[in-house]
Amino acid sequence: MIKQKIVLRFPPHIVEQPTIYHLIKDFDLMVNILRADINPKKEGRLMMELSGSEANYQRAVEWLNEQGLQILNLEQQIIWRSDLCTHCGACTVICPTEALMFERPEMKVHFAEEKCIVCELCLRACPARAMETLVENANFQ
Amino acid sequence: MKVNRSIEEINSKIKSGKAVVLTAEEIIGVVEEKGTVKAAEEVDVVTTGTFGPMCSSGVFLNLGHPQPRMKLGEVYLNDVAAYAGIAAVDLYLGATALPLTDPTNLKYPGDFIYGGGHVIEDLVAGKDIRLEATSYGTDCYPLKKIETSFRLDEINEAILYNPRNAYQNYNVAVNLGEKTIYTYMGILKPNLGNANYSSAGQLSPLFNDPLLKTIGMGTRIFLGGGIGYVAWHGTQHNPSARRDQNGLPEGPAATLALTGDLKQMQPRWLRGLSYLGYGATMQVGVGIPIPILNEEIMGYCAVRDEDIKAPVVDYEKGYPQRESGNLGLVTYAELKSGSITVDGKKVPTASLSSYAGAREIAATLKEWIGTGEFTLTEPAINLPSADAGISLKPMPRRDPDNGEGKL
Repeated sequence: MIKQKIVLRFPPHIVEQPTIYHLIKDFDLMVNILRADINPKKEGRLMMELSGSEANYQRAVEWLNEQGLQILNLEQQIIWRSDLCTHCGACTVICPTEALMFERPEMKVHFAEEKCIVCELCLRACPARAMETLVENANFQ
Repeated sequence: MKVNRSIEEINSKIKSGKAVVLTAEEIIGVVEEKGTVKAAEEVDVVTTGTFGPMCSSGVFLNLGHPQPRMKLGEVYLNDVAAYAGIAAVDLYLGATALPLTDPTNLKYPGDFIYGGGHVIEDLVAGKDIRLEATSYGTDCYPLKKIETSFRLDEINEAILYNPRNAYQNYNVAVNLGEKTIYTYMGILKPNLGNANYSSAGQLSPLFNDPLLKTIGMGTRIFLGGGIGYVAWHGTQHNPSARRDQNGLPEGPAATLALTGDLKQMQPRWLRGLSYLGYGATMQVGVGIPIPILNEEIMGYCAVRDEDIKAPVVDYEKGYPQRESGNLGLVTYAELKSGSITVDGKKVPTASLSSYAGAREIAATLKEWIGTGEFTLTEPAINLPSADAGISLKPMPRRDPDNGEGKL
């Protein structure tokens, strides 16, 4: 069994294809969609968790690549700039998954990347603007 | 008093490297173990710290005279408006000032990505600051327009002058409404979704000298990573606010006006901030040493988070409409635990003031005093305290053309 959080980027010409249907039907994968959006240029972004057998997952990744989709690691989509963070904690009540949490008794902010679902609420909730996203994600904001 | 120590005695110990200095956190256990008298005998200074957003902050600048001379009128520093209603090339740049081009809340909630606080941070960091100014021109100041840039080391003076810092206690902000609101206390989710507070509690300067018995005009302090001074009591100073039996106020009370030479400060401790939907401001690092003159002062310094209470205030209606009353008191120990209970509901808490920063400031000040480079000062005058009979006035509202007539 494998469980992986990924981001799929759809070029405009395949944004309307039933890609998820194929992931389920042809590759027997379990799909948990975290977030999906399309920008004004008709490029798509889909964040999801995939789980299934290792072999099926690898075949699915190959197939997705063949379709021209870009597969990114979800964990690297949001960047916590620890050099800019003042450790106030304002983000910790805004983050819906406790990816940003307050460590006690250190009283410091900790970012657990693996819990992040790239909702991007932290980007504007941080007064010191210590949360950043990849430049290409900005098109989807 | 069983212990009597003067600032002079403390300073001679500091100079000989023999002063015993502890932070306001470290002293708690010592007093619990040994009692106030024994602790006061052993410890000379307690250091405090706070690192929170402080809107009432800014910097006076003297940019030097251009050739030909100019009496600066409308002035922008990195597009942010500065106040020039003083002498020719003197300016005041406030932490919450915004560029003319900022869309503010037209696109709600506004981002306020860059303001006066950010300019001050960039200035302290040694970055180039763009100056654009216009004027009407006079016989003695003929230049009418200028565009140039400058760095901190190229100008005559940069004096941080913060009219209101280091608030003694503050509200805990919640939202009783149905929609998310965007405030200077951060994002407040509807139906008591979160509770935001802003004080270092037991480490905060004015909780360790609640009745201002040692902190006065001229007290030398840690300010913005350098050395500063208490200039006066702060604006909205309300020392006569309701206090408990230990002299601790149960809501916003005393404040301080602070000043110091920006040229020896650090960008790390003067941070520009963007509060979504509210505005730009600045996070200011402040640390104040408390001289342990006697066991009474030591008793104040032993204050713990569980002893300090703050009022829970609704920012959806209560605060903006200036309604009196609150939703109850909670302690800083509860706030720092991660949740409080309001109206029977468990509400997650978050701080806007950095406790980790406050700790580092108190530790830095302890180190400065320990190495003998930072001595204590005797206040030139004391600041108005609880017995001053001060009460905060609301803004008068009347028909300005008709004297006492009501609007």
